[in-house]
Amino acid sequence: MVIRFESTTKQYPDGTVAVDALDLTVPSGAITVFVGPSGCGKTTSLRMINRMIDPTSGRVLIDDVDVASERPARLRRRIGYVIQHAGLFPHRTVVDNVATVPVLSGTPRKEARTRAYELLERVGLTAAMGDRYPAQLSGGQQQRVGVARALAADPPVLLMDEPFSAVDPVVRHDLQAELLRLQGELGKTIVLVTHDIDEAIVLGDHVAVFAEGGRLAQFAPPEELLASPADAFVAGFVGRDRGYRGLSFATAADLPVEPVTAEGTVVEGLALVLDDGRPTGWRDPDGRLLPTEGTHTADDSLRVVADLALLSPAGAAIRVDAAGRAVGLVRQTTVADVVRQRQRSRLAVGAVGGSAG
Amino acid sequence: MTLWHQVLDYLSVNGEDVRSAVLQHLYLALVPVVVAFVLSLPLGWAVVSYGWVRHPLLTLTSVVYTIPSLALLLLLPGLLGTSILDPFNVLVALTVYSLALLVRSTADGLAAIDASVVQAATAMGYRPLRRWFAVDLPLSLPVVLAGLRVAVVSNVSMVSIAALVGIGGLGQLFTRGFQLGFYMPPILIGLVLSVAIALVLDALVVIAQRFVTPWARVAAR
Ligand SMILES: Nc1ncnc2c1ncn2[C@@H]1O[C@H](COP(=O)(O)OP(=O)(O)OP(=O)(O)O)[C@@H](O)[C@H]1O
Ligand SMILES: [Mg+2]
Repeated sequence: MVIRFESTTKQYPDGTVAVDALDLTVPSGAITVFVGPSGCGKTTSLRMINRMIDPTSGRVLIDDVDVASERPARLRRRIGYVIQHAGLFPHRTVVDNVATVPVLSGTPRKEARTRAYELLERVGLTAAMGDRYPAQLSGGQQQRVGVARALAADPPVLLMDEPFSAVDPVVRHDLQAELLRLQGELGKTIVLVTHDIDEAIVLGDHVAVFAEGGRLAQFAPPEELLASPADAFVAGFVGRDRGYRGLSFATAADLPVEPVTAEGTVVEGLALVLDDGRPTGWRDPDGRLLPTEGTHTADDSLRVVADLALLSPAGAAIRVDAAGRAVGLVRQTTVADVVRQRQRSRLAVGAVGGSAG
Repeated sequence: MTLWHQVLDYLSVNGEDVRSAVLQHLYLALVPVVVAFVLSLPLGWAVVSYGWVRHPLLTLTSVVYTIPSLALLLLLPGLLGTSILDPFNVLVALTVYSLALLVRSTADGLAAIDASVVQAATAMGYRPLRRWFAVDLPLSLPVVLAGLRVAVVSNVSMVSIAALVGIGGLGQLFTRGFQLGFYMPPILIGLVLSVAIALVLDALVVIAQRFVTPWARVAAR
C-alpha cells in the first residue's frame, strides 16, 4: 500500500495553512515517520489519509486510488489508527475494545473476541487482562491495547499519532521495541507522527521532517538525515551529536579487530584479565582490577563500539563471541580512523553527484 | 385510641382507596419521566452539536423551572383544551419539568465525554448514528442517570400538588386529612407512602445505573 500526497494542501477556515502543497510518497511495507516541531501540520497530514480531514486542494492516494472517492467509514475500517493516550472506549472491556473494527465490519462477536484475546498476547499482554476495563490498566498497557485494536482487522495501513509520547521513557523504549518486532512480522505500511527526533530515527525506515507552515523540509532515511541534513532547519532540528548518533546505522562487523593473545594482552599498560576466556577487567601496574565497562559483539553498531572505547580504562572496546569469550579489541584510534573514512567517502559521493542531500 | 390504631383503622376501611392512590401516584410520576427521558436525548444532542441551539434552549429550561407548578396546572387546561380534572394536565406539566432537568443533564453528560475517544471511534469506521448510540450515549450515562434520579424523586413529590386541583395520587390523602379537620391518619399515610415511593424509585435507578455503567465504578476506584 503506497500512500501518495499530491500537492495536498489544508487550509483551516480561520486561514491557517496547516499543510502547504505536500508532495510525498510513503513507501509500502515500511515505517515512515512524520517529525517536526509542534503545529507544523503532522497530525493534519496524517488525518488526511483516513479522511478525518479533507484537503482543501490536492489529493491523497492509496495505491493510486484517491481517498476522496471512498466512503469514509469503509475506508477507515481498512486503516488502523492509534493515538496518544490510546483513546480506548472506557465503557468496554479491553477485549471488546480490540474487537471493535471486526464487529463493525460484520464479524460475529464471539469470533472477533477469540481473535482479540490472541492479539492481546501478541502485543505483550495477557488474555486475562482482556476482561478488565481500560481504567484498570497502566498507561503503557493501554497503549498496547490501542495497538492491538488498530491491528484487529488486519489493516494494510497503520496510522499512529504520537502513540508513545504519554508514557515514561522506559515504557516508551519497550513499546518502540515491540512495534519494531511486530512490524518485522507484519510488514504493514505505517505512518507514525512524533515530535521526538530520536524516536523518528529509531523507528523510521524513512523520516519526513516538517517545518513551520506545513512545509516538507526533508524526506530521507534516518542515516541520511543525520549525515546530510538538507538545510539549516533540519540540521538544527536533528540536533547536536548527529555525527555520533549516525554511527547507530553502521555495523561493528566491518571494523578491524586486534586479536586477543593467549599469553596476555596489554594495552596502554593495562592487562586484560580473562576467566575461562571471558573478560573480567583490566589489571593496572599496581595490581588493581579496573572494570571493563562492557563488551560488544559483531552484531552491535559502530555507536556501541565507540561508546565502549571511550568508557574503557584502556581505550579499547572488547569484542566477544556469542558465548561471551573475548575474541579481540577495537582501539579508539581504530574507531576514529573508520569514522573518518566513512565520512570522507560519503561527502565525496555527495560532491560527485552535485547534490547537497 | 392511639394514632397507630387510628392509622390501622383507616387502612382497613379505606385500603382500596389508598392502594389506587399509590398506583395513580406512580403512574403520574413515572410516565412523564419516561417521556422526558426519551425527548431529552435528541434535545441534549442538539445542544452539544449546534452552538446556536445551546443558549436559547438552556435559557428556556431555566425559565420553565421558575414557573410555579400550581400555576402551570391551572394554565394547562386553557392551553391544551382539557378539563381541569384531566390527569393529562399533570402528565404534561411534569413532563415539562422533567424535560427541563433532563435536557441539561443530557447536554452536560454529552459535553463531558473525552473528545479523543469520540474521534477514535470515528477513525475506526463508525458512522455517526451508530457511533452516537454505541459510544456517545453510553459514555454520557453516568451524568444522565444522575439527572434521572433527581427527576424521579422530584416528580414523586410534585404529584402530590395535583390533589389541589382535584386529581388523584397520594396528595388526595392530604386533602382528605385537611377536610376532616387535620385528621392525622390519612396525612401520615400519604406522607410515609410518598417518601417510601421516592426512596424505592431512587434505589431502582441506582441499581439500573450500576447495571448499565459497571465501568464507571471501576474507573472511580
Ligand atoms: N481545527 C482547526 N482549526 C484551525 N486551525 C487548526 C485546526 N487544527 C489544527 N490547526 C492548526 O493547524 C496547524 C497544524 O496543526 P497540526 O495539529 O497538524 O500540528 P501538529 O504538527 O500535529 O502539531 P503537534 O505536534 O503539536 O501535535 C497548527 O497551526 C494548528 O493550530
Ligand atoms: Mg499533532
